Amino acid sequence: MMPAIRCEALSKTYRVPERDPGLWNAAKSLLHRRTRDVQAVKEVTFDVAPGEIVGFLGPNGAGKTTTLKMLSGLLNPSAGHVRVLDFEPFRRDREFLRQITLVMGNRNQLVWDLPVADSFERNRAIYRLQRGQYEHTLAELTELLDLQDLLRKPVRNLSLGERMKCEIAVALLHRPQILFLDEPTLGLDVTMQRRIRTFVAQYNERLGATILLTSHYMADVEALCQRVVVIHHGQLLFDGALADLVTRFSPHKTIVVDLEREGLDLSAYSDSITVEGSRVTLLVPKADTAQVTGRLLADLPVIDLTVEEPPIEEVIEQVFNLEAGGSAA
Amino acid sequence: MIGGFGDIYRTLFGLELAVMFQYRAAVIIWLLGLVLQPIVYMVVWLRVAESKGGRVGDFDAGTIAAYFLVMMLVNHATFTWHMFEMGWRVRSGFFNAILVQPLHPWHRDVLQNVAYKVLALGVMLPVALLLAWYFKPTLDPPLWAAVAFVPAVLLAFLTRFFLEWTLALLAFWITDTSGLNNLYMAFVLIFTGRLAPLSLLPQGLQSFAAWSPFQWMVAFPVELLLGRLTPAQTAHGFAMQALWILLGFGVMQLAWGRASKRYSAVGA
Repeated sequence: MMPAIRCEALSKTYRVPERDPGLWNAAKSLLHRRTRDVQAVKEVTFDVAPGEIVGFLGPNGAGKTTTLKMLSGLLNPSAGHVRVLDFEPFRRDREFLRQITLVMGNRNQLVWDLPVADSFERNRAIYRLQRGQYEHTLAELTELLDLQDLLRKPVRNLSLGERMKCEIAVALLHRPQILFLDEPTLGLDVTMQRRIRTFVAQYNERLGATILLTSHYMADVEALCQRVVVIHHGQLLFDGALADLVTRFSPHKTIVVDLEREGLDLSAYSDSITVEGSRVTLLVPKADTAQVTGRLLADLPVIDLTVEEPPIEEVIEQVFNLEAGGSAA
Repeated sequence: MIGGFGDIYRTLFGLELAVMFQYRAAVIIWLLGLVLQPIVYMVVWLRVAESKGGRVGDFDAGTIAAYFLVMMLVNHATFTWHMFEMGWRVRSGFFNAILVQPLHPWHRDVLQNVAYKVLALGVMLPVALLLAWYFKPTLDPPLWAAVAFVPAVLLAFLTRFFLEWTLALLAFWITDTSGLNNLYMAFVLIFTGRLAPLSLLPQGLQSFAAWSPFQWMVAFPVELLLGRLTPAQTAHGFAMQALWILLGFGVMQLAWGRASKRYSAVGA
């Protein structure tokens, strides 16, 4: 099957002006403008299959948004190839634009001064939607995102969460096959985040849409993405199942033991121990997990014992820190 | 092409009009500027004519009043402001949401422009009638000229729109375009006939205006309605408008292609 999204050695270089501070340097820059090439994305290669939801992860400035902008046709790649639904995005073919959407947490497609319903009406016209299909989709989105009370409110009077729901709805009115979601839950409270996550999952299920999602909230990624692509300093760091990311980048497991009494010395079992009363948390090398667990159970008065993978946030943080330290995985 | 865009144009026009209603005060303030400027020039030229025995060039008090009143209406119908907005659009990331939609941005700008014009006409026309009652203009065009005036204004708008939209695209290359905009506005003031009828300018400047798009953006429809043009001159005017529209549209598309390639989609 042809991938919905295909990037091959995709690169983007920005030319940015730079000068040293001070008046003299400002005057000098009038005559001699100095620029520097910043490579935001370096030879990134990955495919996304139709219907797949992929988490696109990386720290700030990693190149995620630049990549999304290249995939949605906003930016012209400096090098490499990119095909989305077999279109070359940057040509911004109308047929291509009708099948994609880009939702960015802090940008809006809503008409600021008018009631929300007017923005829907505008997109109906721009995307040339049949009246029947439009009304059906609008009713569906209104129900799924609970928009009924918002439709007549001017956009400028909406709260951040309400606006984000409306942003998502207006961006999906034309039932795009490809969704580029850049921090769709940014700044939202936990309830609203969950609601949007559920909605994205339902949309994917009902329409078989392909979704590339960036988020700093790991809960979004864990709930929606089987697969993650990790990018750092513009380079692809990891592409695979979320579970494999943990296996690959976290060499430890966490053992939590509840003991019958406090004050026992567990330093012989791990170098990293956290004690909270009679509950002790030990970080142990993955390979030693079984052996340490066995010893704990044999040696100590254990009431309960659990073995856990470290939280995904910690793993991701570890990945980024590793890279920042220059020791590529 | 427009036919296929019927629904888009109707819908967007309605929405732009609704947005304009939200900015009633701003619309009125803009209008004040558009009304006051030609009145000032008219009064100055009436004084000049008076000091010269009632005429300046081939204009008398009645035709001077007619010239500046029609000028006020034509300038209102044809002026654009996108040159002053484009820099902000590029810097703020405003284009990000627009560029992923299957509609070229210039369509929205045309509709926004027309919506403003239509709304403002409700104030502009009564003001023009009031001024006409006070200044008593001499306006008696032949019927064919009055009829030709309508398409001449429409084409004048397109000539001006495409040229100014193309110039606005310079914001993709230059961080601050305000200096350039002011220079351009000085050209507009002189060579479109807003400051003075073109026939009162030195011959060299008149020739420049005739070969540039400026004369056809404003002065041509004005002189047409004043009955100062022969059918042959009118036909030449329409031909020049057609030429500049084609050229302007072509260059605009070309410049847009380059500009959007250069676009760095800032603003996250």
